[in-house]
Amino acid sequence: MAAKQVKVYSTPTCPWCLKTKKFLGDNKVAFENFDVASDKQAREEMVKKSGQLVVPQVEIDGDLKIGYDEGWLRQKLDLTS
Amino acid sequence: MYEAIIVGGGPAGMAAAVYAARKMLKSLLITKDIGGQVNQTAAVENYMGYQFIQGPELMAKFEEQMRRFPIDIQTGKVVRSVSSSGKGFEVTTDQGDVYHGKAVIIATGKRSRQLNVPGEKALVGRGVTYCAICDGPLFQQMTVAVIGGGNSALEAVNDVIKYAEQVYLVSLTPLTADSILIEKARNAPNLTVLTEYQTLEIIGADRVQGIKVKSLKTQEAKVLAVQGVFVEIGLVPNSDLVRGLAPLNEAGEVVVNCANETGVPGLYAAGDVTAVPEKQIVVAAGEGSKALLQADRYLQRLRS
Repeated sequence: MAAKQVKVYSTPTCPWCLKTKKFLGDNKVAFENFDVASDKQAREEMVKKSGQLVVPQVEIDGDLKIGYDEGWLRQKLDLTS
Repeated sequence: MYEAIIVGGGPAGMAAAVYAARKMLKSLLITKDIGGQVNQTAAVENYMGYQFIQGPELMAKFEEQMRRFPIDIQTGKVVRSVSSSGKGFEVTTDQGDVYHGKAVIIATGKRSRQLNVPGEKALVGRGVTYCAICDGPLFQQMTVAVIGGGNSALEAVNDVIKYAEQVYLVSLTPLTADSILIEKARNAPNLTVLTEYQTLEIIGADRVQGIKVKSLKTQEAKVLAVQGVFVEIGLVPNSDLVRGLAPLNEAGEVVVNCANETGVPGLYAAGDVTAVPEKQIVVAAGEGSKALLQADRYLQRLRS
């Protein structure tokens, strides 16, 4: 199975972003992290995609989820709880 | 059929889970997420054993301790309702999963209170946020309003003032936050404080463009041009799952006695969702432990 493309839009201070990144790391899921606090271009890209100024936002193979939603992550990544 | 089902994965729920494992009860912890509100707490300096620890780190330590024990844990699930069924309880999730338990401990905590004004719901994530520590850095060089006058509002002010160009603090009452936080905020040159102002509306189509506020003294209304609104007006209990089953107080908190009993045999509650005074991590953990020990006594009586 091809690896899923996972993007995380986050800020360094946001606890739910840390949770998201830790969850992905613990489950050995490779992901690309965009720090939207310092990376203006990534921030604009995120807002363009979702229309929302909120972190974290997680994109898995083109599907976007706002916030930390463990159920959604497990489902999208085929992880059992 | 489980002996104990614990609903909620914050300090109260996780402490209860550890005690359940030590009593060797067949038990299940079911929760939306691990850590709850503590995940949004930057610094904890009053949980005994740690002089300073970040909220999410403390919750990771709770989780690690809990997972050392053989207990069923279901995360990513929101419990919609708990009802009495025969000799126990039926616990139903939003996804329609049903679990049965002889005893249930409600430890679902609290969530951010909403303003309930026009425009708020539609603009959540479009400039309206309930987590300053999460979203604050996204509002760089913008003008924002923080709604509220308590500690969480002043903490939000002190956080966003570092990024925002201009900050309005709009409070319905005189500020009630700790003096140390108010002093810190008042020194900022880019803060305007409006006390005894009611927030009437959040204005904007697909992005926040302003808020309408009214002075309670003069009744005069005005519009503040802002691109962000941080709502920090306190918390409401996640008690809907037992509404109609257990007694709730006016604030919607589950009423329990000093043994964490709700009055429904076998149904216990602990932590911030209850009417127990003082919402603290150390109190919630203690209450969760207490609730489970009481549930264990109840289960012993059922067996005898």
